[in-house]
Amino acid sequence: MAKILIPTPLRKFTGNAATFEVKGATVAEALRALAEAHPQLKPHLFDNAGRLRSFIRVYVGEDDIATLQREDTPLTDEAVVSIVPAIAGGS
Amino acid sequence: MSQPTILSPAELARYARHIAIPEFGVEGQEKLKRGSVLVIGSGGLGSPLLLYLAAAGVGRIGIVDFDLVDESNLQRQVLFSVDDVGRPKALVAKERLQKLNPHIEIEVYLERFSTENARALVRRYDVVADGTDNFPTRYLVNDACVLEDRVNVYASIFRFEGQVSVFNYRYADGTRGPNYRDMFPEPPPPGLVPNCAEGGVLGVLPGIIGSMQASEVIKVLTGVGEPLAGRLFLFDAATFSTRILKVPKNPDTRITGLINYDQFCGLSPKEETPVRSITVQELARLRESGADFQLIDVREPYEYGIANLGGELIPLGSIEEAADRIARDRMVVLYCRSGQRSADAIRRLQQRFGFDNLYNLEGGILAWAREIDASVPTY
Repeated sequence: MAKILIPTPLRKFTGNAATFEVKGATVAEALRALAEAHPQLKPHLFDNAGRLRSFIRVYVGEDDIATLQREDTPLTDEAVVSIVPAIAGGS
Repeated sequence: MSQPTILSPAELARYARHIAIPEFGVEGQEKLKRGSVLVIGSGGLGSPLLLYLAAAGVGRIGIVDFDLVDESNLQRQVLFSVDDVGRPKALVAKERLQKLNPHIEIEVYLERFSTENARALVRRYDVVADGTDNFPTRYLVNDACVLEDRVNVYASIFRFEGQVSVFNYRYADGTRGPNYRDMFPEPPPPGLVPNCAEGGVLGVLPGIIGSMQASEVIKVLTGVGEPLAGRLFLFDAATFSTRILKVPKNPDTRITGLINYDQFCGLSPKEETPVRSITVQELARLRESGADFQLIDVREPYEYGIANLGGELIPLGSIEEAADRIARDRMVVLYCRSGQRSADAIRRLQQRFGFDNLYNLEGGILAWAREIDASVPTY
């Protein structure tokens, strides 16, 4: 089972869960499974055309999927998928 | 030493522990003394940043901050003390830092970092350290740094989480590393990621993350070590987990000039439905006149406990469910801390339920405390 790490700003849509274990052959399948399990999260991950939103990055391990095979990036059972959102706090 | 040093005997003594590091030495210390950094925001991240950069001997430090010290800052903004409440942060910072290190220059800009002054300010310094608190300013800092060819040492925090990176780093071959827009071409929609005031932040977190930011500034200025360029450091204090991710350059990133950042981040008033408002003076007159109106406070219960104007408490998150408690036959004034959440509440109520009698209190409780009743605590 691959593991998806949910960042703090999105945890309000996952019932505060910080991780999500998922069976999925690709990043797209894993994220779709996550969005199905937590439907409120879906509009924050994907736009109306089903593309990943531009204010979040998705990583497999330490690599941005933009430098791999994007949503088609394959996942192993040990893969750690990170969703990295923009945060702006500083004061 | 073959060359005479620019450091005085007092400075050589002061920086002895730096100079003792073989990779650092007198040369590293001299680079710090010749170096300059612009710290934008002297709050949570700015406090440790400024303290360590000043202590370390960065020769010229600029501080941009128009804000005043507030009681609620003291939980994390370790530059300030109880006696400083109400004073300009940048001035208090300068006094404190100058006592900490009289060998350096501190320059203070008591103004908002804006499209008007951004490029001119950034140009005056070698490195920029971004300790601001909102998306429009984050993008403005980034773009100004790219346009002026400056390194942007970036950090941001939210609740238990922090991010650090070195953007627009100049490599030895003259090429530039990725910048903030390579990571995040567009900001999240307003409201998804609250700022520290709304979302909260663990007090020690900016201490940890701001110190890392200071370390990166020192590395960039001295050339010692390997800066966090092309990489993003993530820290979660809740689980004590850390990760370093690679930040690729995005070939689609184009920065050709500064833009309207409020509009870019969806905050432009032009983009939003207009909201009628009243000033705190008008509210004070309304109260004195004995007029019949409803006053609603849309903040959270804990905030109500800190300070309130006697309004009925209906937090923003439940305002739509509570629509039937809001009068339609008389004037209704909504307020919050600064006027943003109450404007948001009015928009929701107008759009969903067609209210036409709602007024936003401009500047919220903060304006009331500042202009009408100084005994109301601010936070």
